[in-house]
Amino acid sequence: MDFIFSLIKAFAVGGTICLIAQILIDKTAMTPARILVLYVSLGVILTGIGLYEPLVSFAGCGATTPLLGFGYSLAKGVRKAVDERGLIGALTGGLTGTAAGIAAAAFFGYLFALIFRGHPKK
Amino acid sequence: MGDADVRVLSLKNPPSAVGFAAAVGQKEYEGPLGSEFDLHDETGTFGMDTWEKSESEMQRLALNLALSRGKCDPASLEAVFAGDLMNQCTSSAYGLLGFGKPYFGLYGACSTFAEASMLASAMISAGYFQKAAAVSSSHFCSAERQFRFPLEYGGQRAPTAQWTATAAGALILCKEGKGPYITEVMPGVIVDKGINDINNMGAAMAPAAIDSLCTYFTETGKKPDDFDLILTGDLGLEGHAITLTLMKNQGFDMTRVYNDCGLLLYGKESQDVHCGGSGCGCSASVICGHILKGMASGKWKNVLYLATGALMSPNSLKQGAAIPGIAHLVHFSMDRSGENSDA
Amino acid sequence: MNMDNNTYRKFVKARAPKSPLAKDCFHAFLVGGLICAFAQALLEGFLTLEMTEENAKTLVPVTLIFLAALCTGLGVFDDIAKFAGAGTLVPITGFANAVASPAIDDKSEGLVMGVGAQMFTIAGPVIVYGILTSVLYGFCYWIWGMLM
Repeated sequence: MDFIFSLIKAFAVGGTICLIAQILIDKTAMTPARILVLYVSLGVILTGIGLYEPLVSFAGCGATTPLLGFGYSLAKGVRKAVDERGLIGALTGGLTGTAAGIAAAAFFGYLFALIFRGHPKK
Repeated sequence: MGDADVRVLSLKNPPSAVGFAAAVGQKEYEGPLGSEFDLHDETGTFGMDTWEKSESEMQRLALNLALSRGKCDPASLEAVFAGDLMNQCTSSAYGLLGFGKPYFGLYGACSTFAEASMLASAMISAGYFQKAAAVSSSHFCSAERQFRFPLEYGGQRAPTAQWTATAAGALILCKEGKGPYITEVMPGVIVDKGINDINNMGAAMAPAAIDSLCTYFTETGKKPDDFDLILTGDLGLEGHAITLTLMKNQGFDMTRVYNDCGLLLYGKESQDVHCGGSGCGCSASVICGHILKGMASGKWKNVLYLATGALMSPNSLKQGAAIPGIAHLVHFSMDRSGENSDA
Repeated sequence: MNMDNNTYRKFVKARAPKSPLAKDCFHAFLVGGLICAFAQALLEGFLTLEMTEENAKTLVPVTLIFLAALCTGLGVFDDIAKFAGAGTLVPITGFANAVASPAIDDKSEGLVMGVGAQMFTIAGPVIVYGILTSVLYGFCYWIWGMLM
């Protein structure tokens, strides 16, 4: 039962975060690139002021999977590194916290670029 | 000659269209005009390993076909006027390399085919050439890469967006022939009404079309109903409606005779192209595959073709500059004198 | 055309068809929600294996990135995205697609100047601005720690 409930929470919170982005796309002149930049920066700021952690404990992957969660990982990485190493951690922490995601994107992106070719759109 | 106030050029020796052909991709083949095109490739690659080469190959095939349809000896061709959407017009340069003919590379965005036809016919009329070709092409895949996003990028298209046609058209013009003739041409001026939305190019180009149409009707004293068909190139659904409405406000009712190449090329609902086709190849293929054939078989006698182009670049868009438009006019007539005698 | 730029812009804007907001939002909510729920299910699944929680939490986005890059290569990601809009854009899947799609497309310009140089043309700004804000945050956090 807990399992089902955790899925529903992730669905509702993740879906809502996407829905807000869709409203921004349709209703403002913001391009998708700007919205992603906004989301990732907002994720760092919300985590910094302590508002995002509660959402992560509530919704799990519903909060960490959207790009706000990328910002959350950056901020968490920075905080941990500053705690351990002082000011230098401000530079090392962000990429440490998100290393797996960036490396996976670069690695799989490259791999599939070797295998596939672009298709004309239908 | 030499009157700065007159923009319509009435050709003294109207050249005849002797050969014309269009090559298209699969989506265009599936459209309402599909069966009229001379050649299509269902993969869109035309056997090449990059999209840029595919576009060049499509252009080469179109010119070859036009030459053979017109039973023209390739050696008799004296010049080629051609263009496309790619940076530095590479699709034309590589596609036409093998012909070994004097080459004029043109950039007029989606208006290129009219620009090429206009220059070729003026040069023939003036007696410099006996036979010249106008060619242009666009390829959805190469254009998408240059102007928008990678092909596999997951994005949604705006409802006002247009679809770059995978198509090439080639027209052989000759000093002598049975028609259709190009009797009048009018180069467009660059018009900017402050639209900077890449997803609404029809609205950006419509003012240029309206300017050219009004100038033409005012200078010649002709009326829209003097023509069997007035055809803008690639204004799409939005631009077509804007042009029709604003022309009416100017006192020119074109309701009965007005259509748009971008609307003719695709089936509006079924093909999910939003506002219709665009790209240099769109009006080129509609003219070479559909209109000139229809004129030769007696379907239409007088067609006013007005190709519109949006003259922006990816960088000018990023800098927020408005999109300037242009509209070149070409009058195709079955009557060499250019008089609309039967209308 | 006797219409000034402002009047023309207003005229164009008023008559342009609008995006179907309700439908777009429903699709974005549905697909975005499903991706997040799938991520949660993955996490719960990984946790039942012999794996630390930290590794499980790292492996979830990695799996999503793998699947999104694969769908991009197979040419189905853009079809799903056309339906889902922000539903596939905002989750980490959108980031993976933004990296994989130029990589695949620009292979024709070579493995270094094509794939290598173009891979982050779309996703680059996200990383740049993410790092920028995180460094600023780290600096503020450090100052805060000094003061306390």
